[in-house]
Amino acid sequence: MYEKHLMICGATGCLSSGSAKVQQALEDELAKRGLKEKFRLVMSGCPGFCEVGPIIVIYPDEVFYCRLKPGDIPELVEKHLLGGEVIERLLYKGPDVDAPARFYDTIPFYQKQKFNVLHNSGIIDPENIDEYIMRGGYRAFSRALKMEPMEVINEVKKSGLRGRGGAGFPTGLKWEFTYRAAGDKKYVVCNADEGDPGAFMDRSILEGDPHAVLEGMLIAARAIGSDEGYIYCRAEYPLAIKRLKTAIAQAEEYGLVGENILGYGVNFKFNIKEGAGAFVCGEETALLASIEGKRGMPRPRPPFPANSGLWGKPTCINNVETYANIPLIVREGGVEEYVKIGTEGSKGTKVFALAGKIRNTGLCEVPMGITLREIIFDIGGGIKGGREFKAVQAGGPSGGCIPAEQLDLPVDYDSLTQAGAIMGSGGLVVMDDRTCMVDLARYFLSFTQKESCGKCIPCREGTKRMLEILERITEGRGEPDDLDRLQELASSIKDSALCGLGQTCPNPVLSTIRYFRHEYEEHINEKFCRAGVCKPLFEYTIDPELCNGCTRCARICPVKAISGERKETHVIDPEICTRCGSCVERCRQEAIKVTPVRREADVSH
Amino acid sequence: MSSEGATAVQQHEIDLSGIDALLEPYLGKRGTVIPVLQSLQEHYGYLPRPALEYAAARMKIPLSRLYGVATFYAQFKMNPRGRNIIRVCKGTACHIQGSPKVAERVEEILGIKSGETTPDLRFTLEEVACIGACALAPVMTINDEPHGRLTPDKIKEILDSYE
Repeated sequence: MYEKHLMICGATGCLSSGSAKVQQALEDELAKRGLKEKFRLVMSGCPGFCEVGPIIVIYPDEVFYCRLKPGDIPELVEKHLLGGEVIERLLYKGPDVDAPARFYDTIPFYQKQKFNVLHNSGIIDPENIDEYIMRGGYRAFSRALKMEPMEVINEVKKSGLRGRGGAGFPTGLKWEFTYRAAGDKKYVVCNADEGDPGAFMDRSILEGDPHAVLEGMLIAARAIGSDEGYIYCRAEYPLAIKRLKTAIAQAEEYGLVGENILGYGVNFKFNIKEGAGAFVCGEETALLASIEGKRGMPRPRPPFPANSGLWGKPTCINNVETYANIPLIVREGGVEEYVKIGTEGSKGTKVFALAGKIRNTGLCEVPMGITLREIIFDIGGGIKGGREFKAVQAGGPSGGCIPAEQLDLPVDYDSLTQAGAIMGSGGLVVMDDRTCMVDLARYFLSFTQKESCGKCIPCREGTKRMLEILERITEGRGEPDDLDRLQELASSIKDSALCGLGQTCPNPVLSTIRYFRHEYEEHINEKFCRAGVCKPLFEYTIDPELCNGCTRCARICPVKAISGERKETHVIDPEICTRCGSCVERCRQEAIKVTPVRREADVSH
Repeated sequence: MSSEGATAVQQHEIDLSGIDALLEPYLGKRGTVIPVLQSLQEHYGYLPRPALEYAAARMKIPLSRLYGVATFYAQFKMNPRGRNIIRVCKGTACHIQGSPKVAERVEEILGIKSGETTPDLRFTLEEVACIGACALAPVMTINDEPHGRLTPDKIKEILDSYE
């Protein structure tokens, strides 16, 4: 028996901030002191709070240590593990707490969250099937084996679960279509090709609780009558792929996958396909083409995959988070509990990835219907550096931005769509007054344009023309009619593109024009980018009232554009300045201002 | 066009002896084009044309089919790559926190654009849509090692630490 369990976050966020080194230090320290039998060390899934990584949670004490460094480890072993003393300096501290906070329920980031899909993440060892089973895992699947397919499907329908990958189609209905489709061979496919930049919730589920996804797929297989499944996962997620493979091998060993599962006479086999890097493969028909070994190009629907999917066979395709919801619904008494959370049209919880200019970057799971303000300010801790909130981009390149006026919007499928955004996969990127909305629209368009598969003209050519217009606006060559042109192009692309990617790619442009028209107009008419992003449209100027001549800016400038004596006002030469912004970050006086380009200089030529 | 020059040299020396063993598990099965390309690339570091020609013949499919798939997906590289692979994250969170300025600085220092390799094969510069380490934005990885919270002035020192 172990005295204590130490869960070190081994997900990508914490690994990037150095959790592997912390784990190694802990491993060495325990070995050195001969304590490996007493304390158990687990590389766990993601507890969500990436901002303060690397994180260790110690059970049963329920203490949450963050921002750890290998140098903290001897003290942690000595004082906490051996001495039973909580080390205050390693606890969570922040402007949102009065005193260092000890555990989940005292850290504001966690207080409004509702752990459903993520209930195992960070708690169990994701590479150990016994821990998943101990927490109630595979009970829903064994229950489903005893039920008729339509009973299972009816429970999923009753739960009101809608697809978590984008459009929000009712999952139970999709399953019923596949169940009723004619054919003896049917496939279950999991879309784990999470391609939205700024979204990493599916990866966290796969890394933190892979069995939940397998169980969801097994239940789907039982419901539609399938004996083979594919998981299509981005090759950029090597850890997720490794954990899935381990999980599948363990499930096979336990007789949960393979032939004659648990003696019920049904078979199931998992295949993993590594995606090769194409955003369009998140679209279901493109994804299926890619599994078949072709270029990932979408095709017109109907026929829908439910009737004609992988190799022309009926195919049930859902995303990672959708499958991870299934065991919660199909377990004993699950539906009744499930429908208690959420709103009329959107049941359950949603996992969001919080990123951008927000203080608490990370992953959170919230009940549907919570407001954006609660997510961004209560969970997210507000804007980094105390700056002003400008907008939040929901739903990635297919979504839209939502401005400050709409912060009290409840988060559910229908409200978000009405506001011009979409639920999408659940990326929320927060922006402050230093984000340029025109540049943001240009950024998304350049992304979708690069990722366009080229099959249909509206997407291939239309996005290119839109991008050209946005580029010239951000370069100071915008024309007064450009906004009308953009809107006209956007609406024809929406109406005529072949797939969901094409139809939704104008959304970021439309929503920024809808809420931030004045910024476009300022770019076009005044040739000024107030946010200081579009380089030809501003200059950096040092405010002589604020500059105290500390020389920090001059020392950091990579092109030596700043001159001035110590303790005297400094000056930036706009001819040399590359607008890299290093000086702005460096100045403690906030003396470096974004100002319109001085045109007088041009006249004198 | 230094990278093409390098290709010409390399292609002279392509050793095809390992390919048969590599293709063996895939022959005669469907849906294997992408896994075959992935293992070829793992073997050579990129997709040399002679290897593609050989694989197409063994798989009894047209070379154009392999080529079409290889050039469709971002993962596949048609030219030799450098010893160190730099990937600057182009995700939204990184973009609004200054990744374009980071990328620009890398390009300036190395004298190459995204997708190119330095003539001495020391660095290849690539873009990646999102590596999901948004808490550390802006981020770049060098040989999968992440460097986070970057500003343009930190770049030189980081690059200097790779040989």
